[in-house]
Amino acid sequence: MDKEDVRPRTCRSRGYPRALARRRLGRGNPKVTGVLPVALANATKVIGNVIHTVKEYVMVVQLHGDVKDKELLDVLENFKGTIYQKPPLRSSVKRTIRKRTIFELELLEHNDRYVLLRVLCEAGTYMRKLAHDLGLLLGVGAHMRELRRTRTGPYREDETLVRMQEVSEALYLWKNEGDERYLRRVILPVETAIVHIPKIMIRDTAVGAIAHGANLAVPGIVRLTRDVEPGKLVAILTLKGELVALGQALKSAEEIAGMKRGIVVKTKRVYMKTGVYPPVWRKNK
Amino acid sequence: MGLAEKGLKFIDKITSHAGFKNEWIVLREDDTSPDYGVLPYERGIEEHIRNGVINLDKPPGPTSHEVVAWIKKMFGLERAGHGGTLEL
Repeated sequence: MDKEDVRPRTCRSRGYPRALARRRLGRGNPKVTGVLPVALANATKVIGNVIHTVKEYVMVVQLHGDVKDKELLDVLENFKGTIYQKPPLRSSVKRTIRKRTIFELELLEHNDRYVLLRVLCEAGTYMRKLAHDLGLLLGVGAHMRELRRTRTGPYREDETLVRMQEVSEALYLWKNEGDERYLRRVILPVETAIVHIPKIMIRDTAVGAIAHGANLAVPGIVRLTRDVEPGKLVAILTLKGELVALGQALKSAEEIAGMKRGIVVKTKRVYMKTGVYPPVWRKNK
Repeated sequence: MGLAEKGLKFIDKITSHAGFKNEWIVLREDDTSPDYGVLPYERGIEEHIRNGVINLDKPPGPTSHEVVAWIKKMFGLERAGHGGTLEL
């Protein structure tokens, strides 16, 4: 029997749109949608890089009792800045209390027992927990009803965000009609996954060695961004803008600019295949 | 426009589109050869797919992992991954 048939009314409650209530799939299964960057084949190597970036959500919280606007706004103030969270029972990390930062918390709407919030927060902040804790502080109880992620680091809810349907249509048009234009619009180059970190562009002659796992030395560098700092993850790019590798900087941008030679980036994750650029360093020996 | 100039423009463009900014320190001038490598937006379609990311609007219902598995199967790829689960 269809779940929707046996439980049509249980999830309806005051103020919630009927259409939404009817479409609910399971009991403890709130609607969660939005920005989910999916890396294809090789790009999988570096997509982990966007996991630990800032996130933005829009969330519907259902309160279990009546709360005045003023009271709600006051309590929300407590959640701005540093908060302490214990990951929920069903989570993929160790359940110890963690410190997380909420950069922005905006009340968009408060209608009866429904609260619409916009949250800009650090990676690994549990929205379900935030909704629950909000209920505790209000003294009436609350839970997350619906969640939409509007940003994951460099990826946002903009014209690049596509639905499954659009992906499958674009793939169809390419496979069956040989038209790749739509697929090019649906799929972004892997380089979009590194735009938020410091960057170093290198000479053609240095690319081959890096692709083999060598560390980057000063003479190979053409330009670098000012935010390169010791210990920080940096993206090593060709002059054409292709991602070669991710590495850990050993010096700051200023220091590097004043150096003539020496290793300045330790190569951590090679992205580019070997053989794309010629192995110049062999000739020199 | 030279190849290196196009490459720089591309990186700056995708960076500012995402709301970030590159402040470059130039150490030396150099150009890049057209004989190897390719501008990221001029990769052949197969290569473009294999080096691509989809900014997907996750549908309600399936988990992030299920969605990734579908994409992987649709494209017939051996590997696919996502940038952070969306069921917090």
